[in-house]
Amino acid sequence: MNASDRFIALQPQVDAGCAQAPVLKERGQREVFCGLTGIVWLHRKIQDAFFLVVGSRTCAHLIQSAAGVMIFAEPRFATAIIDERDLAGLADAQDELDRVVSRLLERRGEIRTLFLVGSCPSEVIKLDLSRAAARLNERFAPQVRVLNYSGSGIETTFTQGEDACLAALVPGLPAAAADAPASLVVVGALADVVEDQFARLFAQIGLHDVAFLPARRSDAMPAVGPNTRYLLAQPFLADTARALERRGARRIAAPFPLGVEGTTRWLQAAAAAFGIASAAVEHATASARGRAQAALARQRQALQGKSIFFFPDSQLEPSLARFLARELGMRLTEVGTPYLHREHLAEELALLPAEARLSEGQHLENQLDRCRAERPDIVVCGLGLANPLEAEGLTTKWAIELVFTPIQGYEQAADLAELFARPLRRRELLAA
Amino acid sequence: MQLTLWTYEGPPHIGAMRIATAMRGLHYVLHAPQGDTYADLLFTMIERRDRRPPVTYTTFQARDLGGDTAELFKTAVHEAFERFQPQAMIVGASCTAELIQDDPGGLADALALPVPVVPLELPAYQRKENWGAAETLYQLVRRMAGPSVPTPGTKRERDPARPARCNILGPTALGFRHRDDLREVRELLQRLGVEVHVVAPLDATPGELARLGEADFNVVLYPEVALLSAQWLQRSFGQPMVKTVPIGVGATREFIREVAALAGVDPQAGLDDPRSRSTWYARSVDSTYLTGKRVFVFGDATHAVSAARVVSQEFGFQVVGIGTYSREFAREVRDAAKLYGVEPLITDDYLEVEAKVAELQPELVLGTQMERHIAKRLGIPCALISAPMHVQDFPARHAPQMGFEGANVLFDTWVHPLMMGLEEHLLTMFRGDFEFHDGAAASHLGHGAAKPLAEPVPAPAAEPTGEAVVASTQAAAAPEPIVVTGWAPEAQKELQKIPFFVRGKARRNTERFAAERGVSLITVETLYDAKAHFGR
Repeated sequence: MNASDRFIALQPQVDAGCAQAPVLKERGQREVFCGLTGIVWLHRKIQDAFFLVVGSRTCAHLIQSAAGVMIFAEPRFATAIIDERDLAGLADAQDELDRVVSRLLERRGEIRTLFLVGSCPSEVIKLDLSRAAARLNERFAPQVRVLNYSGSGIETTFTQGEDACLAALVPGLPAAAADAPASLVVVGALADVVEDQFARLFAQIGLHDVAFLPARRSDAMPAVGPNTRYLLAQPFLADTARALERRGARRIAAPFPLGVEGTTRWLQAAAAAFGIASAAVEHATASARGRAQAALARQRQALQGKSIFFFPDSQLEPSLARFLARELGMRLTEVGTPYLHREHLAEELALLPAEARLSEGQHLENQLDRCRAERPDIVVCGLGLANPLEAEGLTTKWAIELVFTPIQGYEQAADLAELFARPLRRRELLAA
Repeated sequence: MQLTLWTYEGPPHIGAMRIATAMRGLHYVLHAPQGDTYADLLFTMIERRDRRPPVTYTTFQARDLGGDTAELFKTAVHEAFERFQPQAMIVGASCTAELIQDDPGGLADALALPVPVVPLELPAYQRKENWGAAETLYQLVRRMAGPSVPTPGTKRERDPARPARCNILGPTALGFRHRDDLREVRELLQRLGVEVHVVAPLDATPGELARLGEADFNVVLYPEVALLSAQWLQRSFGQPMVKTVPIGVGATREFIREVAALAGVDPQAGLDDPRSRSTWYARSVDSTYLTGKRVFVFGDATHAVSAARVVSQEFGFQVVGIGTYSREFAREVRDAAKLYGVEPLITDDYLEVEAKVAELQPELVLGTQMERHIAKRLGIPCALISAPMHVQDFPARHAPQMGFEGANVLFDTWVHPLMMGLEEHLLTMFRGDFEFHDGAAASHLGHGAAKPLAEPVPAPAAEPTGEAVVASTQAAAAPEPIVVTGWAPEAQKELQKIPFFVRGKARRNTERFAAERGVSLITVETLYDAKAHFGR
């Protein structure tokens, strides 16, 4: 067999859908959160972790405005605000950081993992947080493990903050022996309820050695090694995937578990990778699929034929669009995403109807012009745009809710559809 | 570096956005990375504005840093001008762009746009939101009104035939009740026969700012935002200013007299307002139970000082603590603290404020959204008097803080969270009633009312051996442990009969009393000795 034969043989089936469709790449003003926002859900997901942003007052204000003010409990995140003394070199920023971390750890004795989170200002002044983490580790390990990643807006967009956080966890994951039995790691933060459902489904399919990254506690993070196969639960985990590959783990290619179809194909891909017959999946999921399809049929009445426009936000957009088009009969107009990872999304793009116009990056004003010209039935956009577009007579769905709500899996498929149906129903109700 | 859980103020460019968003015909180009666009949601979600703030962000990325971020900025300014056709622009940098030193002002100048372009220098690592708002308004006022400043020494002439006219300075976007205060103050001025010339920045155009000098005097509603501009107008145009902030009946009357004196009109038309009810409500007998309620006040300086004056002089409460996060106006709060014989708390550290509230155990907290968190944790009633605030603090109805109607609103919203008089008595008399358990809130607060969380219930004696039970009174946030004293089980039980909202105070006082007298075991006798000692 020669090289080119092998190359062709390895090509996935991409002759359908949007796999080859041109993508509109734009540059201009972006209206998206930075990666720091991921802390809002990560600090609840990993229950003994604390996130210390090393940044400016803007960073602190961003996190509390994006979600913090809604949370009345004391959060497991804080900001070490850089001030002029740090910038002028009057105070050694590394010493200052030690002081802040010591005060924090005294106050919160239950913390086991501390993430030092870089920001735009800390990146621009080249404050070396990896050095800080190494030094603090010497002092506080094994009681507290100190890691660092960047959630800065000059490098990360919204959900990429989670990617950076998980990628930082990977090198410290326990090593699975080279001769360990094959195991599955599901990667990407999921709501606890969704994680539990998936764990049950995997067990019913016959996959018993399944772990989730991130785990809910620092001492329960999964082991990884050459016999680890990993399955992405979120489409925005490029760096985490690379870090796992470096540890020898191999990715199971699949669409993402949104909707009945996405969930089934996702589970099937995992089963196939472990040599489990597709019939086992069919059997284990039959009742959940039936329930979800019945529930979706009701939502379909509200959504069928309705047009939808996505502003870029979480990188979930192509998967959401695939679900809404194929399972609910919605008509796709523009599907914007901040970043399109062609390899991880290959299965999704193949399923996406050819009518979808993919765009990557953003030029906000131009995109608003296209959106207004299109007059879609519903617009998925960020919090800054939603009310202004509503005031213009468009119906909107806040994109951030798609990240803060359990939407994956069979039991949530109708809930996910409901998130789009509700604004439409509400508009009808209020018009009456 | 400062460890911060919550911040009272955003960075200074948020202040600039509050000015730009309040105005019409102005556009702000902000050199900033993409994450900074979150600021839009403050206006569109928290304030529920139906339009995007007039702000263009350059949203530069890491890959631009090696290249030409200056060119990116120029393109953004040019495109924003072409698209929005503003009468004037402001340009500046957020915290990150400040570090890369692109000189937004110089770059915008190079474009030679046919409208005024005002560069803003807002040092993000030293200053904060209110300072940024004040500085932005000041720079705009100077630029727009500067050309009409008369030569020094020119005497102000006023045609006695025309009514006096004033500018109203201060109301911004995202301000605490600014919209409603403005309406109230406009009506006050109208009753006095004073014309309102320009209101700025709310709904003002840059062109209107140019005409500020034409008014006879200025009314400064929010000194944090407008004092700097009013001082410049005073120096440049000889316009005096009204500085009394009309929050509360007393201050409103003072405000009216001050305006009337400057306008040369009779104040009487304004002083009597049949809608003013708060004075009578405070006098009515059911308000007797408000007497001496212990209140902790925290907010921006103007609202904190005003609130303390209202509660002490008009409601008969006792101010047990006052503080502000506005360092620029710390002096005003220090002066007020002297009036009440308390130590001022000047800090923007949420943890310090929390520790202070835990220590003082007030019966009411008047504060910001942050104090709402604190009060909820400590199970203390709370009402909001100042930014920062939550979406619920932008009510659909007219709910001013200023003027006579504002005073009515203050009475309602500050008294409402407190236990009604008779109910309080019944709770005290019948502690044993099964419905009067600690989790039961005042009936008017509904089922979902907060339960006290942080007040630790002393562990009941595990074995009734008569040995002292150790009760720690260390509040959740107190910075240092407080003396641990032994409680006899009987005294412990007696303590439980005291309503939860004063129990923390009672325990603290009793333990202090015991410690001072070297009493090692607190008995029922000690409890009542302490009560008699501290009783007011």
